[in-house]
Amino acid sequence: MRYLIALVSGAVFGVGMMVSGMANPARVIGFFDVAGAWDPTLAFVMAGAMLPMAFAWVLRARVKTSLVGDALPGPALQTIDLRLFGGSALFGLGWGVAGICPGAVVPALSVGGWPVALFAGAMLVGMLIARIVLNKIGGVSAAHAVELNASR
Amino acid sequence: MVFDTAWLHGLGGGLLIGLASALFLLGNGRIAGMSGITLSSVTNVNTRAGRVSATFLLAAFAGALAVAAWLQPIAIEVTDSVIALVASGVMVGIGVTLANGCTSGHGVCGLSRLSLRSLAATLTFMGAAALSVFLLRHVVGVSL
Repeated sequence: MRYLIALVSGAVFGVGMMVSGMANPARVIGFFDVAGAWDPTLAFVMAGAMLPMAFAWVLRARVKTSLVGDALPGPALQTIDLRLFGGSALFGLGWGVAGICPGAVVPALSVGGWPVALFAGAMLVGMLIARIVLNKIGGVSAAHAVELNASR
Repeated sequence: MVFDTAWLHGLGGGLLIGLASALFLLGNGRIAGMSGITLSSVTNVNTRAGRVSATFLLAAFAGALAVAAWLQPIAIEVTDSVIALVASGVMVGIGVTLANGCTSGHGVCGLSRLSLRSLAATLTFMGAAALSVFLLRHVVGVSL
């Protein structure tokens, strides 16, 4: 059942990323190019995605477990620290260069060819390096460990 | 300004992204944060969580392929600069891992539950992306 749900939600996610234009780097960069030919599409994508999720969080408060019986994520973390700002800034600066975010990678791989594959490889290397360094310096603080567990 | 029916596609596709995330949350009890799912599908291959993540990603790939076959021609316009792709990939990878989330985790899933932490992250990476595009396009003057 878990795998079936992952299959359906994954497929719908992939379709949504392609239909919306989020998987197209040129459109993403167009959204951030406020000084150029601004393309507002991404705002509609975010608004559209937020709507069902807001309902889902309301429902989440009324149910005890997920459909498959697993625990639901607890309350959101509130830690706002340098690591959050630094990581987000680095992510944003990189996002503006090629226009691909982690959610767009896999859908864009479908017809994106070698450039998307190269980006995907580099992104994985970056993720693994950061994970290894964080583990070494004990960067998985109690708060982050909770978040990691909640996302598993 | 690029403004034809793209906004409708954006809204419709966005709704699908939100529905997918809602189903993953209420169905499996998991937050559909793509940076976490991607890393977990690679590093947790021998756990159930990792296999569920991999299933999600494989299905996303298949769904995208189906759309590409259905709606010809679908555009994936991306730079072919090796330096840009590698630098961008490494920055994104390190950044989202430090921040514990990206556009889907903090942006869609976090903002929709009114998390201040996610709001701080989203404003930061959106602002940084706009800055990055401004610097590259209008200061350095390259169109990647």
